[in-house]
Amino acid sequence: MTGRGEEALPRRQVALIDLLDRLLSGGAVLTGDLVLSIADVDLVRISLRAVVVAVREDARWSFGPPLAEAVRRGEEPYDDRPPG
Amino acid sequence: MTTEHAEHTELPEDPERAERTGRARDTEFSYAYAVVRPAAGLDGDALREVEGVASGPVRLVGAGGVAAAVGSVPGREFSEAALRHHLEDLEWLEEVARAHHGVVEFLAARTTVLPLRLATVYVDDERVREVLRGGAGTFARLLDRFAGHVEWGVKVYAGLPRDLADPDASGPSGTGPDADAGPGRSYLRMRRREREDREAVRSAAAEAARRIEEAADGIAVELARHRPQQGELATGSGENVANDSYLVPGGRSEEFRDRVRRATRGLPGVRVEITGPWAPYSFAVLTGPEAPGGTARP
Repeated sequence: MTGRGEEALPRRQVALIDLLDRLLSGGAVLTGDLVLSIADVDLVRISLRAVVVAVREDARWSFGPPLAEAVRRGEEPYDDRPPG
Repeated sequence: MTTEHAEHTELPEDPERAERTGRARDTEFSYAYAVVRPAAGLDGDALREVEGVASGPVRLVGAGGVAAAVGSVPGREFSEAALRHHLEDLEWLEEVARAHHGVVEFLAARTTVLPLRLATVYVDDERVREVLRGGAGTFARLLDRFAGHVEWGVKVYAGLPRDLADPDASGPSGTGPDADAGPGRSYLRMRRREREDREAVRSAAAEAARRIEEAADGIAVELARHRPQQGELATGSGENVANDSYLVPGGRSEEFRDRVRRATRGLPGVRVEITGPWAPYSFAVLTGPEAPGGTARP
């Protein structure tokens, strides 16, 4: 069984900006003994000053979706439950 | 005689890290793409089909009942200093991003994945195992949560009415019904109309975003918001006013997309773009004390 529940759409090139939205602010950050964590890099510096313009002066989302707002009504945040 | 000086220009400033990454030139690091449960479909032979970052092969590194898909990358390219530098190089970034995505997609077609952030690089596999062991409980829970789900991206654009797309193209030329009112007044009137139109479209777009959220309720189990896209890479026409991701049971994807499309029908000047299915990148967020080395940001 696949994790998809459906066949992937026919191969197409995804837009780079959609990909970077997910890879630079999404994707779990496991620091541990990282060589470098992107979370520690000012996203403005990531190549994209004029490109992603992801970080504005007042950016509330500088580092991706805050969990509290990402989790809907009544849904428990991932880490609420005691370690299993 | 002095030719080796150039070799040392990339030394990082932090001495502790320098110690760790100083070996970078000769060594290989472990680039981790995603966490999965070791599954039958992911043995060495299956993974041989996929090519990772730096064209390298991908292997599973397991510990604590979970496994990371890992590939070796050249230290000279992925040392801290080199990474900082490369991340500003869009071509490099795109290449790595697409390779990373390729591996995640490959895995997602076969099992549930917890995608990791771009450039999650450890000095060796043993470090990867430590992180897996440390976060095993969290990873297992996230994988359970993601099982059978996909991410759909929904972007809402406020289009500009066609004739207003380039306000400078039609100046106060003195033709048409306003000609008698004088070019100055006609121009001001045009600008006001333009502003009102734009506001109308923006508020229609905001309404679209609201309706989409409502329509998604009952199907999507989570919502994550990205920053609206702007800048050179933002290719969609119009102004991106919402850039959201929904976590949706895979079996209800069609229904979800239908509902989203229907929800925004009839709103003038609004364009909705749906992307996906994605692996659950936008929902792979670890925060709190459980996150290994947690660096949650406000």
